[in-house]
This record gives sequence, structure tokens and C-alpha cells, in this order.
Amino acid sequence: MYVAVKGGERAIDNAHAWLAEERRGDPSVPELSVAQIREQMALAVNRVMAEGSLYDPDLAALAIKQARGDLIEAVFLIRAYRTTLPRFAASSAVETAAMAVDRRISATFKDLPGGQVLGPTFDYTHRLLDFALLAEGLPAPAPGTPAKPQPVPHVTGFLNRDGLIEDAPHSEAVPPDLTREPMELPADRALRLQAITRGDEGFILSLAYSTQRGYGRTHAFVGELRIGQVAVEVDIPELGFAVEIGEVELTECETVNQFKGSRTEPPQFTRGYGLVFGQSERKAIAMSLVDRALRWKELGEDFTGAPAQDEEFVLMHADNIQATGFLEHIKLPHYVDFQAELELVRKLRAEALALQEAAE
Amino acid sequence: MIADALAGGFTEAPVQSARAFREVLEAMARPGTIRRVVGALPPAPVSVAAGVVLLTLCDGTTPLYLAGAADCAAMRDWVAFHIGAPLVTAEYAAFALGRWEDLNPITRFRVGQPDYPDRSATLIVEQDKLTNQGPALTGPGIETANWLNLPETAAFRANRALFPLGFDTIFTAGDQIAGLPRSTRVEAI
Amino acid sequence: MTDEAYNFAYLDEQTKAMIRRAILKGIAVPGYQVPFASREMPMPYGWGTGGVQVTAACLVPEDRLKVIDQGADDTTNAVSIRKFFARTAGVATTERTVEATMIQTRHRIPEVPMKAGQILVFQVPIPEPLRFLEPREAETRKMHELEEYGLMHVKLYEDIARHGQIATSYAYPVKVEGRYVMDPSPIPKFDNPKLSCSPAIQLFGAGREQRIYALPPWTKVESLDFDDHPFKATKAAHDCDLCAAGDSYLDEVIIDDQGGRMFVCSDTDFCAGRRAKGHKGRLWAPEPEAAE
Repeated sequence: MYVAVKGGERAIDNAHAWLAEERRGDPSVPELSVAQIREQMALAVNRVMAEGSLYDPDLAALAIKQARGDLIEAVFLIRAYRTTLPRFAASSAVETAAMAVDRRISATFKDLPGGQVLGPTFDYTHRLLDFALLAEGLPAPAPGTPAKPQPVPHVTGFLNRDGLIEDAPHSEAVPPDLTREPMELPADRALRLQAITRGDEGFILSLAYSTQRGYGRTHAFVGELRIGQVAVEVDIPELGFAVEIGEVELTECETVNQFKGSRTEPPQFTRGYGLVFGQSERKAIAMSLVDRALRWKELGEDFTGAPAQDEEFVLMHADNIQATGFLEHIKLPHYVDFQAELELVRKLRAEALALQEAAE
Repeated sequence: MIADALAGGFTEAPVQSARAFREVLEAMARPGTIRRVVGALPPAPVSVAAGVVLLTLCDGTTPLYLAGAADCAAMRDWVAFHIGAPLVTAEYAAFALGRWEDLNPITRFRVGQPDYPDRSATLIVEQDKLTNQGPALTGPGIETANWLNLPETAAFRANRALFPLGFDTIFTAGDQIAGLPRSTRVEAI
Repeated sequence: MTDEAYNFAYLDEQTKAMIRRAILKGIAVPGYQVPFASREMPMPYGWGTGGVQVTAACLVPEDRLKVIDQGADDTTNAVSIRKFFARTAGVATTERTVEATMIQTRHRIPEVPMKAGQILVFQVPIPEPLRFLEPREAETRKMHELEEYGLMHVKLYEDIARHGQIATSYAYPVKVEGRYVMDPSPIPKFDNPKLSCSPAIQLFGAGREQRIYALPPWTKVESLDFDDHPFKATKAAHDCDLCAAGDSYLDEVIIDDQGGRMFVCSDTDFCAGRRAKGHKGRLWAPEPEAAE
């Protein structure tokens, strides 16, 4: 006697209990605290905040703990939580020129006002496993005195003064909101930037890399990369002025790209832009390359068929929560559809075999 | 004045708007059928039903046009407090509220774009009463025919001729609603 | 019991209003895919987030909700979604089609005919019926605008040329009221005729693709075909081995490694109902006592 599979509910509950046990791991090993993750896995926390589109290091750290270190799963937890949050106000645009920089480098000028600041970077570390980290202990304090706050003007500003780079005029236009309106194509640059900054780091990285290898090449120089804290301000209509509600850490990358000029424009450099939550410089650089590649139409360039130039391809596939959901859903039951295919293949085979026999 | 504006909204919005939407959905899905809604008390002369529809479907993202007597100070305050919909002229409206004669000329309203027919206005048309007597209605949502006392037929026939473009209409009277989406064919009388 | 930490039916009121507006526009233009600002839900895209959002926007406390996946109430994802709404909306649930006022489904339409007052919500993975012929949204949108459905007919005709018949067995495209070509979601084509002139409201939600579309009651829905190759709703040429039904869609179950198999109704409520009335299939046996 056949009895149809039952007990889905109990199976789910049991699976969840097992998952909780696995998450904790060996109970003889001390449990990770959210604060430990926030402080010592900060770059993972940054990635989860960037792709989760929610700036909250504690929640991002909690999500990483809950997701057993699966960062896409952690991003998903943050996104689902974000959906439930009411929206109180929209901030003014942040002033990255007024950023308190921890790191600021330019690949285009040897020295410049504000100086080159290496900051806490992996760049010149030798990638040798540091077995000293197997033991616990405090590293030696970093030398140096806090830098005197001084203005750190944007590199592109110097170029703009001489008309050597395309102008990027200030706009008061309200940008579209990807999280509140359905994506509409063609998208304007603000919408594209929104999609890329929350897009999957691996996907954006590979797209950017492909442009460097000739699939939509844009000849990018890192005009400037800066990481630091900026103030977030909100206009309070009742007060008539803006109030600072907090600070966020951002990574901003501006690329300076070669451009030959067109019939209407004299030769000048063009811009690619990247802005990401937290210290996320790989993502910010990649973002600025992809942004620039997507601008081919407005700059009068040719569409060469490169994936990074293809707005619909990039925007519809950059979101890892959409991607992972749809990818993994094929493990859900599909036996109704499979049955329909099975019947069809049997029928086609029977007809083909009958024809074969008739011919023989 | 201000006190009036604060009153008359949903007291338990999540379930009241859910029940109201279900009635609006059934009304639009079965054109010409008359249904009852409750829960709102907008300022005169706006009907309970129209108030419920506004509270259920409108918010700060839906430009609203108030026509004729509905465009009064009390109603503007009520909308500002309970809904937050920006008040606009007919051409920009996602929703419009008024009596039929005040909403005319009806050609001012958005009928959607050929690639986005959904970007069209929904008209909330106040009537003295709703009855199932009038021109016959046929089309999606209707098994054989329904009848409804429309304020006129020519405008709705012209609207149907635009399909898939067109505006959609919700008639209101007291606590009653009836729907007439653009897909409905209206008998010529 | 509802979970007080969340709003009724989980979504906030502004989101529900946005979805409700999209549903009404979908009702007004049957078969047209209305873009909507789909939210991230606490279940993954692909697990029915579109259906869940549509259901959340339509539910009232008085509803009796049924959730099925592959026709069955007891599949894990159906259990999970049913539990979600029992918890966040406090609605009663049922496995009986005739008792349900709202049914969320993945891949099937129940065997028992729908009736007025019921709402059937479909989970849709890829709402665009032309997507696999033309991947670009900008292009497919234009094709719908201009009623340029030639590409679809060419595809179906190529099937006939190659296989002697149309080789689409599920998600079989339909035309709604002679205007929009629509994806019926991945239901087997056996279910296609049930879409047409149903007394119930049928709503379709695609979360990841951000689209909602609808069929009001009594809407004419035709499966695309050709005069010389008319559409046929097909199923396995067997009767149900449990309830002996000859007219229901069947799952094939492998019962041993000797090639043994049996066919059972995909609609578990339908099958159980027939057995309760005394219908007995080839392999019917009394239910074993439920284990404690």
C-alpha cells in the first residue's frame, strides 16, 4: 500500500532545530558575540550593509551570525527586515567632499591638496598567513598622530576647473527609488547607480574586469578613492534647517576615463562613479567601471555588445537576492511540470518509433 | 475645523482597509454589482463609500484631483491628514473624486500609455444612488449581463473603444460602491 | 493567533495599498502585466513571494485560506506559506477546496471547480510569455503593445514541424479576451481550460519580476493553437490508483526499483474526498492508523 508523503510541517520544524544546532557548532568552543563580528569581521559587515541597503553594523553582524557566515543569506535577512521599516524622512545628499577621510588615494596625481593617505589597507601586505593570529592578543598600537582635519577636495574638481573632464552639474531632481518603484528600462544614471551599489560584489567585480579585458573597454584611471565618515543630514521643515542625524562610513571612487571627443563635444575626460556603504573599495572601483561602461549611449559611443554595456543585462542580474532565490527555487518540487514533460516525451517517442516501424 | 479633519478615518486601518479592498476588488471584478463598504466618515458632501475608497487605495504617492463640491477646505484638510495624497489638476491625477458633471470634460484624465496602459486614472464618481437599472454591461467579469444606472453611456463607450487604454471608474453613493473598469462594454441607449 | 510584532498580513499599509492598486489595474486590463514595486519578503524569491504579496493584499480576517504546491496541501513550501499567514494574519486555514475563500497555488488549479466568492492566487516565476523568445523587456513590452505575437506562433509552429505537435506541456501560453498573450504560470496544460470563464477571481503574482496580472471572473481565455492542430488538454492515460478518478491530473510515483509505478491524483484534497465517498482505486487500502 502506498501512502502519500505527509508530515511536511514536522519535517520543517525538525530541520530548523537541526539548523540551529549546526549554527552554534561545537558547544565547547565559546560562542561568537555580535560585537565580535561587528568589530573583527568588519568588511563582511560592510558588504552585508551595502548589498542589504541598510546601514546598521549591529544588525548586519547579527545577520552574519544567524546566517552561519553565508553573506548572501545575511544580505537576505537584512533586506527582509528592511522591508518592514517605516520611512520617516529622506536625507539631503551627503557631502563626500567634506568626508573625514581614513584613506584617500589618487592614481592620477602624485601629490595633491589633502595628500595621499594610505589608511588601513591590505594593498602592500604580503599575503602570508600570519600564524601569530592563531594565538589571541592585541596587535601593537599603530603609530602616528591623528591627522589634522583639512579640506580634501575632489580630484575631478581640479580637472573640471580646466574643462578637461565632463561637467557633472548639480541636480535637484529627485532620484527614482528602486526599492519603492518597479524597475523601468531604460533606466537613468541615478537608478543604475542604485542598482549597482546594492548589486552582488562578485557580479559587479567580474563585469568591471571584463571591461578591462576589452569587453566594453573604458580606459579607466582611479582619479580618486576615498574612505571615511560623512555626516547624514535631514531637513526638518518645521525648523527650516537641516539636522545631522548621524554619520555613515562610505567608500567613494571616481574614475577618469579616456574620451576622444565627438562631433558636438571637444575631447575631454569622462567620469565613472562608485559609492558604497562602509569600507568596500573593491566594490566601489568595480562600480565606477561598470557605471562608465553603461554610459556609452549618453556619451555617443558605440554599443559593442559587451555585457557591461548592456543595461538590461546588468540591472536585471545584479541583485544576488533575486538571483539566489530564483536559482535555488528549482530544488522545490516541480513534479507536476515534470510529469507533463514525461507524458509528452513518451508520446513523441511512441510516435517516432511507430513511424520507424512502419518504414521498416 | 481641524478636529473635523482628524476624525472620520479608519480606526483600525489594517483590517478595515483589507475588508474595504475586498469589496472594491469584487466590485471591479464584477462590473455593475453593488456592494457596501464601511469605516470612513469624510466631510460633507463626500460619501462614506468615497471616503473608504480613498483611505484604502490612496496615499502620498497617488496624485488626487478633487472636483466640484468635493474640492472644499474641509475635504482638503481631511485628505491632507488621513491620506497625504498631493492634490493636483485633472491631467496629473491617479485618482479623481467628484460628481460626474464636475469631473467633465472626462477627456482630461490619463488613459495610460500604449506600453503602460496601467498608468491611467481611476475616477471615483459620486452619485445620489446606485441601482441595477440602466444600460446593460457586458465583458470580463460578467457572466451574461449586468445593469447599472450610469450618468451617461457615450463617454464610457468611447472609453471602451480606447482599450487597453482608458480610465477606470468606481461609482459611490452613501455606503455603496459599483465598479466599471475600462474593459466593460456599455449598451448604447 | 496573530503575531503582534507584525502588521496584519505582514506588509505595511502603504505597501498593501500599492499592491491593491496594481491588482485593480490588472483586473481592468485582463492579461496585462502590471509592474509593481515588489518587496523583499521573509521567504526567498522563487518561493512564491509574488503570490504571497498578492494574498497579503487581499486577505481579510474572515478568510479561510488554502495553500497548495503541486496540487498538494502538505508539500513543504505550501506548509510554510500557510503557516506564515496563520501567524501574521490570524486567518483560518483549510485543506478543502470547497471551504476555502482564498487559495494560493503553485503549478496547479484544483480539480473541484472554483466558485464565485473565491480568489485563486497563482505564484508566477516568469510572467512574460514571450521571455524565452525575446529576453529583452523593452522588446517584449513593445510586442504586447503592438499585439505582435507572430514570434510565439512561429515557435509553436516549429514544434509542429519538428515533432508533429506543439511540444509545450506546461506554462502553455493563452490569449485573454482576444488581446493579451499571457503566461498562465507553470500549470500543466491540462489545467488551461479551467482558466477560462471561471466564476472566481484569478490573480497572478510574480515577485522577483515585479509583475501582477489578473483574470476577472467570466473572462475568455484561449490556449494558443492552430486550426489543424487544436489545443488538447492532456494527462497520463491512467486512472488514479487510490481513488479511481479518470479525469484528474496524476502524479507518477516510482514504487520500487523494478520499474513499478503508480499514478495518484496530484490534487490531494480531491483524491481524499473521493476516497471518503468510497471510491477505490487499483492500489487502494484502508488508511493505516495515524501514528501519534
